[in-house]
Amino acid sequence: MTAVPSAARRAPLPRLLGLARPLRARLLVAVLAGAATTAAGIALLGVSGFLIARAAEHPGVTALTIAVVAVRALGVSRGVLRYVERLASHDVAFRVLGDVRVRVYRALARIAPAGLRELRSGDLLARLVSDVDDTQDVFVRGVVPPAAAALAGGAAVAACAFLLAPAAGALAAGLLVAGVLVPLCSVLVTRRAAHRAAAARGRLATSVVDALSGAPDLIAFGARDRAIASLAAADRELTRQTRRNAFALALGAGLGTAVTGLTVWAVLLLGVAAVEDGDLGRVPLAVLALTALAAFEAVAPLPAAAARLAETGSSARRIMRVLDAPDPVREPSRPLPPPEPPVTVRLRGVSVRYGPDEPWALDGVDLDLEPGRRVALVGPSGAGKSTVAALLLRFVDAQRGQVTVNGRDLADYAADDVRRVIGGCPQHPHVFDSTLRENLRLARPGASDDELAAAADAARLLPWIHSLPQGWDTPVGVHGARLSGGERQRLALARALLADPALLVLDEPTAHLDPAARAALTADLLRVTRGRTTLLITHDLAGLDAVDEIAVLDRGRIVQRGTHRDLLRSDGLYRRLWARGGAEGQASPPPSF
Amino acid sequence: MRPPLDPRLLHHARAARAFLVGTVALGLVATGLVLAQAVLLARILAGAFDGQGAADLTPALLLLLAVAAGRALAAYGGEALALRAAAAVKAQLRLRLVSHVLRSAPDPSRQPGELATLATRGLDALDPYFARYLPQLVLAFLTPVAVLAVVGGADLPSAGVIAATLPLIPVFMVLVGLHTRARTERQWTLLERLGGHFLDVVEGLPTLKVFGRAKAQAAVIREVTGAHRRATMRTLRVAFLSALVLELLSTLAVALVAVEIGLRLLGGGMPYETALLVLLLAPEAYLPLRNVGAQFHASMEGVTAAGRVFEVLESGVPEDTAAGDAAGRDGGQDGGRLRLDRVTVRHPGRDRPALSEVSLEVAPGERLVVVGPSGAGKSTLLAVLLRFVQPAEGHTGFEDIPAERWRERIAWVPQDPYLFAGSVADNIRLGDPGASDRAVRRAARLAGADEFVRDLPQGYDTPVGERGARLSSGQRQRIALARAFLRDAPLLLLDEPTAHLDGESAEGVRTAVERLMEGRTVVLVTHDHAWTRLADRVAEIDGGRLTIRRPPSARPDAPPETAAVMAVAS
Repeated sequence: MTAVPSAARRAPLPRLLGLARPLRARLLVAVLAGAATTAAGIALLGVSGFLIARAAEHPGVTALTIAVVAVRALGVSRGVLRYVERLASHDVAFRVLGDVRVRVYRALARIAPAGLRELRSGDLLARLVSDVDDTQDVFVRGVVPPAAAALAGGAAVAACAFLLAPAAGALAAGLLVAGVLVPLCSVLVTRRAAHRAAAARGRLATSVVDALSGAPDLIAFGARDRAIASLAAADRELTRQTRRNAFALALGAGLGTAVTGLTVWAVLLLGVAAVEDGDLGRVPLAVLALTALAAFEAVAPLPAAAARLAETGSSARRIMRVLDAPDPVREPSRPLPPPEPPVTVRLRGVSVRYGPDEPWALDGVDLDLEPGRRVALVGPSGAGKSTVAALLLRFVDAQRGQVTVNGRDLADYAADDVRRVIGGCPQHPHVFDSTLRENLRLARPGASDDELAAAADAARLLPWIHSLPQGWDTPVGVHGARLSGGERQRLALARALLADPALLVLDEPTAHLDPAARAALTADLLRVTRGRTTLLITHDLAGLDAVDEIAVLDRGRIVQRGTHRDLLRSDGLYRRLWARGGAEGQASPPPSF
Repeated sequence: MRPPLDPRLLHHARAARAFLVGTVALGLVATGLVLAQAVLLARILAGAFDGQGAADLTPALLLLLAVAAGRALAAYGGEALALRAAAAVKAQLRLRLVSHVLRSAPDPSRQPGELATLATRGLDALDPYFARYLPQLVLAFLTPVAVLAVVGGADLPSAGVIAATLPLIPVFMVLVGLHTRARTERQWTLLERLGGHFLDVVEGLPTLKVFGRAKAQAAVIREVTGAHRRATMRTLRVAFLSALVLELLSTLAVALVAVEIGLRLLGGGMPYETALLVLLLAPEAYLPLRNVGAQFHASMEGVTAAGRVFEVLESGVPEDTAAGDAAGRDGGQDGGRLRLDRVTVRHPGRDRPALSEVSLEVAPGERLVVVGPSGAGKSTLLAVLLRFVQPAEGHTGFEDIPAERWRERIAWVPQDPYLFAGSVADNIRLGDPGASDRAVRRAARLAGADEFVRDLPQGYDTPVGERGARLSSGQRQRIALARAFLRDAPLLLLDEPTAHLDGESAEGVRTAVERLMEGRTVVLVTHDHAWTRLADRVAEIDGGRLTIRRPPSARPDAPPETAAVMAVAS
């Protein structure tokens, strides 16, 4: 699990390709079949040239028998070989995809969620996943064609060298220029052009998103013509850039064709001169010229392959960054046996921060969680409430202070063992694109239908589930899109109850709900957690008169603690939060408004 | 199956027409050059065969060099033309798409994010479509015909072989394609869904970890990917048969021609030069057809992207533009009263109307608060007042005024205001682009935004970031209020102004809303009964039906004239 020392690290792309090492036999089959396909095509034209040129000398039929058979055989084998090549390379591609997926998944599982903090923003996670998906293409389009081209091109050059060495030299040079130099240059040019146009592209994307997502605001405020004009201006700028770049980009196509033509011409010139000098027969001249002409078929897919490899470079970099990410928490080398319920958890002077330059998310926190007691952790957003949950779930380590479970240091237990006794409802509970049953069952895969029903009933989901036409088998959609916010949160609560950990941690279980739903869910969760060891993290103060203790967190420090009644009596943050809490969803209305 | 070239593309994007003409012209040139190259190669090889030296063949060799240069130029020109055309077509389609969306009624079922992706990255699929597919398509028509003509002129039997096998290629393409395409496409869709599954699992990792399921999931991923690979390979084994058949057809045809002319040469039935010409040209007849087949995916993606743009262009309800004469009786109608008369609104695809026979009158200066649960029709009511939707039945007091002109007298504070890329000041100026800095600051002060704006690194010139990401939701709501203050319109429409805010921000916004209501006609929709304190009248809405709850006289400090306004609920 330790990261590779940086000196041992190679560039990301070779490392990515290296992941396919266990599959090299299959990869070799694909490459050989690809090379044989191309070689058969080249040979077909070469042998045909021999056949015709020899026939023009009017020898006996027997002189042509072998050539006739060869031509027919090559005609058939080329198609068959191509078929084999495509199957083999796609098979490798899918196998690589499976391997890379599992590897990246394992790395993500190791660092989640603390190590995913920077990936959470925007679409970075989605991009990483599509990076992984892209790796399958690299082998089909980026690796097999160049390797096959090198073999087939080499064979063509060798055959020509047998006939006329200088012509073979010209062919080799032409193939190298058209197959290596031109694609590389065009990748460089493409990249620079894309770089130049990036700013214009970004401005255009912003205008499009603004115009489409902000359409109601634009229309209501009479600003739509201005938005269209700004989009048109951004588009004109991008189009101008593209026009300028188009000529540079097209150069690759033009150069490739020019090199092909020039090489064939040079081979022909050398060949004609050699025939004139008696160094080359009339029949071999035809073979030479036609082989050279056909040889460029080998390099035709290479510009696309180069572009593919260049694109994969940045994907590979992003993938390797995840594979190399350091562990966010220390795992003990010899973990203690799993903690036995009931558990008592104590925090003493605990400080946490997410990076050496970042502010303390928790700063000297003391907190006791004892069996059967319910503690609420409240405070304004950004106070560090969720960091306490992350700490207890072993998602982050404390830099200072100590967390103990039943008197032993939390960090001396294996993280998985800790999460077996401390669990519940994470801050953003994820609803998987599956059925209600599967989503609930993941909390305890062995749970019986009765246990599922009991958990759903406690979270007040059961009548609703029974009312659905598909009941437990109702698909919930991506991110639970087919559920309301309240149903999603209740599903998360049901999961926590089904898992039934010794210490239940509920992190903002009523977030994103409207006041009525929030009040109802709060009442329910206070009802079902009675008697359970619970840490309730919330910014919603309604109903907290029911818990045993409230700790008020502000900027990483616990500034107040006590019962609801105590805290309302003393002048402090809790009373201010309560007063400001707004009319919505509170047990009793605040003093003003 | 969609046609390879959607006629709507030529209709909606003028640049595509010019490109098509240019591509056909270049295709003709390219075909001519292919023929010329074969003729010259055959001439040179045959000349050398007959003992001519380099000196005798110089003219042909020079011409061949010129042909090579010409082919390079054509390749260069074709690519440049295609890239430029693609850029122009994309720009034209994009502008049409965005203008269309902005000119039709806002449609809540439309996903702006999806549309934006379509308008940017989605349209990029047109690049390969223009650069690779369409030129190949043109060549696939031109080249085989030209080759056949030339071969036919030189040697009829060979032309016969080619003419007999050539049509088999499209026939087999269609036959095998029909058999496998649906399965292949389904497999690719499955593959995409599998990517989606992987993303879902990765996004849910924290949840999986809490329940100790994270490690076990690795095996599931391996298994699912493996099962998918086996299923896909079974499909591909059949799908790739199409390529096998095409490859076999074209190479075997070339082999047949080669053997046939070889044997006829042997018998002295044809000159060497003719035989060479036929041999060189035979593969060229098949090449463009096979290339078109290989670009099938590029074509599908391009056609699909363009097709989705056309779908959007052909859909959408036109906004409420009902307006008798533009001169309008604006201002004077109904004495400035806001009047709805048995208005019913239906959203397409829903059985129940979103608003059902709603009648309402709001007097100038009156404050109406409409309370109801989500989905009751609150937002639809505002959409009618904003002229975002046109009532299916009933009348409004403002239906004779052009929508644009009507909206000039509205300030709207939406539930989730959109902030545009640009500075804070630009965003406040949304409804009044010419406003002075002083006016902007005054509006911000009234909205309670001045303080936090001045604390931003560049004050009012600070960019708000993508969708206002720099700002909290409370701050965004205050910018929206500043917009409304600056707009200074007589009619104020508010949609859940504090729904997403925590206590502290909500309080500030509430104060600013109270200030904004002063002296304006107000319609505020909300689920929060606390707002009714500020109302002259309260209406309840549920299931699209509106009921007035509190009589006009209920607000003790209400000006007497507003008390006279009657509301009719059906």
